[in-house]
Amino acid sequence: MHRTKVKIVEDALDANNTIARANREDFDRHGVTVINLMSAPGAGKTTLLERALAEPLGDIRVGVLEGDVQGSYDADRLASLHIPVAQLNTDSGFGGECHLDANMVRSALPALALGEIELLVIENVGNLVCPAEFKVGEDVRAMVCSITEGEDKPLKYPLMFRSCELVLINKLDLLPHLEIDVDRLLYNLDAVNPGVRRILVSARTGEGVEELRGWLREVVASRVEAVV
Amino acid sequence: MHELSVASAILETVRRHADERPVKLVSVRVGHLRQVVPDSLRFYWDIVRAGTVCDQARLELEEIEVGLRCTACAHEWEPLIPAFRCPECHSGKVAVRCGRELEVDYIEVEDRPAATARPQEAACIARR
Repeated sequence: MHRTKVKIVEDALDANNTIARANREDFDRHGVTVINLMSAPGAGKTTLLERALAEPLGDIRVGVLEGDVQGSYDADRLASLHIPVAQLNTDSGFGGECHLDANMVRSALPALALGEIELLVIENVGNLVCPAEFKVGEDVRAMVCSITEGEDKPLKYPLMFRSCELVLINKLDLLPHLEIDVDRLLYNLDAVNPGVRRILVSARTGEGVEELRGWLREVVASRVEAVV
Repeated sequence: MHELSVASAILETVRRHADERPVKLVSVRVGHLRQVVPDSLRFYWDIVRAGTVCDQARLELEEIEVGLRCTACAHEWEPLIPAFRCPECHSGKVAVRCGRELEVDYIEVEDRPAATARPQEAACIARR
């Protein structure tokens, strides 16, 4: 049987990127700024959001899209803040996906009243590897790294740490109980993503949360500026 | 960890180009920055390709080392650890020359329609 060689040279994730662009266009049309928030499981994404969104963010209306393998625990927690929250579960097949992809987010768009918010935070599935690969239509990426994870994590998961515009170093309140060298963690972070914006926070004590709220306002403002 | 998604994405890309012909070989360029585990990708490839035009397709992976270039002083190097600061001038403005590929390079197909393909079932698997 004769064989033919077919040259392709195409990124395997092109299809995801195409859908991500369509999502982005929808967000743009409604003037919604989108943050893709990522971290390892248990780093404190939801608790930080609870703290940061407990008070209104000026006149910026915020919505949250919760991505989880199963359940609506996080969405239920955030719903008590009386902001629009939608839940996305990734377990529709065998096992459950370890990340959100553009198509999953697209399927959740009807559940989000985009016309009623200016900022959408997409809380990704807890995982330091896969979410970094899949664009979902976000304007910016932020991640949470808690000090209980150790100072080597930027070096072990460079793709994730490099893909973010903001890194939140969380659980600072635990510092007296740990042997972690935070300067070393920040040094490693700078090696992987030189000059990246970082905020030291404690979702428990509220330290750094005001700076995070300031960053959220900045992100929305800079996007509005770019459009105008 | 995301090799199942990547295997499915590769399959979808190949199907669009195979034109219903049986695929014998799929050559993919994988950069080390993509954190794809080759053995895991091969494992999932064997699962997703079953019953598709790729039923008989061998997956060939070309692994590509990371290469960086300082945009400030033009120094080029291959990092031993994932450090993205120039070792010469310490600038943080660094471009990735290579190592970010996850690219279906080429396929080899037989010059006949694939009689064994069961597209419906294949689509189900690929969607995962």
